[in-house]
Order: sequence, then C-alpha cells, then structure tokens
Amino acid sequence: MPVDWSELLAAILLLLGAVLALSAGIGVLRFPDALSRMHAATKPQNLGLIAMLAALVLASSSWITLLAVLPVIALQLITTPMAAHMLGRAGYRVGSVRQDLLIRDELEDDIRRAQRTGESPGRRASGRDR
Amino acid sequence: MSVVDVLHAATGILLAAAALLVLLRLVRGPAIVDRMVASDLLLTVVVLALVADMAIGGHTRSLPLVLALAGTAVLGAIAVARYVSKHDRRPEESAAPARGPAGRES
Repeated sequence: MPVDWSELLAAILLLLGAVLALSAGIGVLRFPDALSRMHAATKPQNLGLIAMLAALVLASSSWITLLAVLPVIALQLITTPMAAHMLGRAGYRVGSVRQDLLIRDELEDDIRRAQRTGESPGRRASGRDR
Repeated sequence: MSVVDVLHAATGILLAAAALLVLLRLVRGPAIVDRMVASDLLLTVVVLALVADMAIGGHTRSLPLVLALAGTAVLGAIAVARYVSKHDRRPEESAAPARGPAGRES
C-alpha cells in the first residue's frame, strides 16, 4: 500500500494539536488556581495552533495558504501575551492566585514598598494600578 | 480504513473531549478570571477544530474566519480584565489571605 508521506505528516501534526488541546482541557479543569490554569491553557494557543496550521499548509500544499497562515500565527503570538498579562493582573488583584502555591512573590514586595514610601495619593492609586 | 483516517478520527475525538472539559471549567469556575481563561481556551479549541476541518476536508474556506478570530480573541479577555475590581474578591480570601506552606495539598 503506497503511503502519502505529506498526508501522514499532516495527520500526525493535527493529532499533536488535538493532544495539546486535550492536555490543556485537563489542566484547566484540574489545576488549583488561575495562574496555573493559564499556564495550562497557553499550550494549544501557540504550539497547538502552529502545529495544526502547518498541517493545513502541508495538506493544501499551496503557497497562498502559507501566506494566509503566517499572519494568523503572527497575530496569535502577539495577542496571546496581552490577554495573559491582563488576566494575570486581574487574577492577582481579586485574589484568584493562591499565595501558598507561590515560591516567591516579587509583586507583593513591590506593593509593600510602594505602600510604605507612598503617601495617601499613592495609596489611593494603588488600588487600580497594582 | 487507513492509518490517516484513524489519526483524523482521533483528532476529532480529542478536540471534542477537550471542549467538554473546558466547558466544565467554564460552568464551574469559582472566579470570573477562571471563566475568562476557560472561555479563551474554548475559543482556541474552536479555532483548532476549524483548522483541522480545513486540513482534513482539503479546503481553505474557513481561513478568513480563523484570521479574524486570531486577531480579535484578545479583546474579550482585555475587556473583562479591565472591569474586574477588588470588590469581586472572594470573601474568605480578603479577610485573611493564606500565607506560608500550609495547605499546599489539594
């Protein structure tokens, strides 16, 4: 039976993306706090998407598909850290981060130092901007 | 049924299972941030399913949708994170935040 190697490679890359998605689903369901859930969720967002888009380029085997896929990867790589930054900050602010799981919390040191040195205007601003 | 068909079927099954698990976290999630992480991941799973459908079916019709989703998926997370304030803090943690290695289990 003749084996189409590019088709097989595309199928393996698709399976890799699906396995990453499943592992992220398990991680999001089972990890204890918001930061570790974000850690689990980032894997299919970048590596899984890149693997599946590579499979798409292999399967369609045209340069125009590659030209359409590259901006998708670029946009995803640019926008995912923005969302992670905003969500991580919001999670820290509302207490969705479990402090007992952290080994070192440098943000808390900075907040303490800012609250020690700052006067009342600094304290007023620290609620929104930390 | 060739090896490639089996791999394609496994891809679909794994994506469906991932979407189900993420949906469970989306329903459960104790805080708004957990739900936002889960809904972000659910959108990613949808995008992955679209790409897998294109690769398996041999067409590129959904590619503009994937491009638009990759560009605008961040807006939801940013909009929600912008309006999460300290008043949403869970009551048991605002009173006495747990410190130290106690309670590391679970």
